[in-house]
Amino acid sequence: MATEILMPALSPTMEEGTLAKWLKKEGDTVSAGDIIAEIETDKATMEFEAVDEGILGKILIAEGTQGVKVNTPIAVMIEEGESADDIGTSSAAPAASSDEPPAQKGKGENSKDEVGETTSAVANVKTPQPDRSPDWPEGTKMKTMTVREALREAMDEEMARDDTVFLMGEEVGEYQGAYKISQGLLDKYGPKRVVDTPISEIGFAGIGTGAAFGGLRPIVEFMTFNFAMQAIDHIINSAAKTLYMSGGQMGAPMVFRGPNGAAARVGAQHSQDYAAWYSAIPGLKVVMPYSAADAKGLMKTAIRDPNPVIFLENEVLYGRSFEVPDVEDFTIPFGKARIARQGKDVTIVSFGIGMSHALEAADKLAEEGIDAEVIDLRTLRPLDYDSIIESVQKTNRLVTVEEGFPVGSIGNHISAYVMENAFDYLDAPVINCTGKDVPMPYAANLEKHALTSAAEVIEAVKKVTYK
Amino acid sequence: MARKPAASKDAAEKRAAPNVSKDELLKFYRDMLLIRRFEEKAGQLYGMGLIGGFCHLYIGQEAVVVGLEAAAEEGDKRITSYRDHGHMLACGMDPGGVMAELTGREGGYSKGKGGSMHMFSKEKHFYGGHGIVAAQVPLGAGLAFADKYLENGRVTFTYFGDGAANQGQVYETYNMAELWDLPVVFVIENNQYAMGMSVKRSTKSTTFFGRGEAFGIPGEQVDGMDVLAVKAAGEKAVAHCRAGKGPYILEVMTYRYRGHSMSDPAKYRTREEVQKMRDERDAIESVRELLLQGKHASEDDLKAIDKEIKEIVNQAAEFSKESPEPSLDELWTDIYADDPATQNA
Repeated sequence: MATEILMPALSPTMEEGTLAKWLKKEGDTVSAGDIIAEIETDKATMEFEAVDEGILGKILIAEGTQGVKVNTPIAVMIEEGESADDIGTSSAAPAASSDEPPAQKGKGENSKDEVGETTSAVANVKTPQPDRSPDWPEGTKMKTMTVREALREAMDEEMARDDTVFLMGEEVGEYQGAYKISQGLLDKYGPKRVVDTPISEIGFAGIGTGAAFGGLRPIVEFMTFNFAMQAIDHIINSAAKTLYMSGGQMGAPMVFRGPNGAAARVGAQHSQDYAAWYSAIPGLKVVMPYSAADAKGLMKTAIRDPNPVIFLENEVLYGRSFEVPDVEDFTIPFGKARIARQGKDVTIVSFGIGMSHALEAADKLAEEGIDAEVIDLRTLRPLDYDSIIESVQKTNRLVTVEEGFPVGSIGNHISAYVMENAFDYLDAPVINCTGKDVPMPYAANLEKHALTSAAEVIEAVKKVTYK
Repeated sequence: MARKPAASKDAAEKRAAPNVSKDELLKFYRDMLLIRRFEEKAGQLYGMGLIGGFCHLYIGQEAVVVGLEAAAEEGDKRITSYRDHGHMLACGMDPGGVMAELTGREGGYSKGKGGSMHMFSKEKHFYGGHGIVAAQVPLGAGLAFADKYLENGRVTFTYFGDGAANQGQVYETYNMAELWDLPVVFVIENNQYAMGMSVKRSTKSTTFFGRGEAFGIPGEQVDGMDVLAVKAAGEKAVAHCRAGKGPYILEVMTYRYRGHSMSDPAKYRTREEVQKMRDERDAIESVRELLLQGKHASEDDLKAIDKEIKEIVNQAAEFSKESPEPSLDELWTDIYADDPATQNA
């Protein structure tokens, strides 16, 4: 049976090309894999191989012809015993007459309107319905502990609860943790479950992700998130995207954790807040706690979560003490912001170390008669949009506070969201208090100015309240 | 520790009197032929615009995966990069499901959301299908880490190319894999070209099997055009891993007949070089000769197999065309393992 050879697409973007040269002539016997022609595109000259065996019965497009559309019949193959004379040339494939192959065309048409609909459906949350249930019942017995102790206790409890949970990272074991977060865990769980790694971030991030594919629940500690940039390919391309790429067959239930953001006087390479970077990635969950109670409750939730979770801690906060509920199995759900302080004049939204500035500013503003509501987001993905919108509907003014760079910040995203969903409630433009748009300097005075501060928050609040 | 391959003359003699059953030879023939015919068909569908994006064909390298799969046991894992169609077919994944993923259809292994480079099968212990060169190396060691942790006796085959072998993360992984005695076989498929960069132009240390020596990992070079040699080497490597002795490196010398991807100008090697490999070293032809010489099969028997394989591939192609495109709801699923509706930002 005669079969047509069609002008092939030889690259993802090729629509037409030049039939530069025929390497076989009419009547030649061709086997699969033989190069039969050279085809030129705007990118390169490429060889075109036969996929079936037979005889090149008739050449339909002469060599040297330019602008041959993909899928145009260029030759006809016949089998032994057939004659080239029997071949009509009128049988141009219908696809060849169209500008696009049919499969691609259908795809474009469908996706446009329906995707559009879905996108706007996600964005249009009109009536906020935040979860305002208390994190723990009233009258719960409390204990005072540091953020460091809270994180350790959370990991300890989860390792005791689930044998597949293990901790790996640099100095997590014998050294007892570079910041002492894992102190005592090696003694309790042994080297099988508290794994000291060499200084090989991309290597152990990849091994950790593979172990998660393989059925374990790894906690991968980065000594600081600055070093995770060496490993970010595995965090994003391997851990975050696999569930989607596998059509839901397998993913990476794991936690990447460590201190994030500026410590003090360690310069540009050790002082960056990655909150906005990771929050940009679908497939990741991102947590950035401020208090010890949140650190504990959210860490336990993170370890149990079936997805990759980025857990951003802060060196400055490690030693700070907070009240933590003294109950068994205390967890905090993701996507639920905490109203750290109720108020009616302005909404200040922050997370992590930014909460220190927000709360300090709110105290000082109260002395001046401005009643600020402070929201601690706690998790950045999923983000509790409803709590923000509900508060803005009440206060009509919004200031965001974070340590990260200003361009593409969490504050930028919240501003856009609020503009889209609560524009009519705003009585002033939203102001984002962020770190300055500079690499972190070393000099004490410059570093102080590079970071945001309570003073800046106060100034921003006065601006949006026209005081 | 590291050892050079047998000279090709010895290999030829070995081939003349192989210690292999008729059934196994026939299986090798069939499995390798399936990969070749499947890939030819994929190339054809790409040319017709039914497959988009990047498409990297495995033609020429069939003996590598077929030989190593013969050394694997049920439950062993495999992971590779983006030239992955052969690995999937060799471990028993359904050709229709693979082809339908190439055409981006609902019936594909990833429901059309992964494509040629990103496919997985939990059932067949195939962990992808990874698009970033060498990223699969630590991931594979991680799978082995999990197996060792779970004490299940499984081994992971971690495949990568001569191009990936120059990535830094490979050596971080070697170090930790040996440090922790992980049961992983690192299979370097040396097809001699990283895209268009020949091994000679990319490194002065061209014997990749020896690069584990610095970390204490034994390795050897294997003739990757000889499926029996690949199987034998695979068995040795697997035995090493299963005995708890840690990782093993196999550098399998192979050759890809087609371009790096479909859009390959093929200017970095001569046509004669490719033709010579096809004519003199083709792995499928070798097994065919063994079958005929040993009177294990007649020309007619093999023709019948050819026909059967062609039919399987045609059916896969038909399925890949008929399977509908994924529903638009699929855009929003499989992003998070729990309640997707509440997790999207």
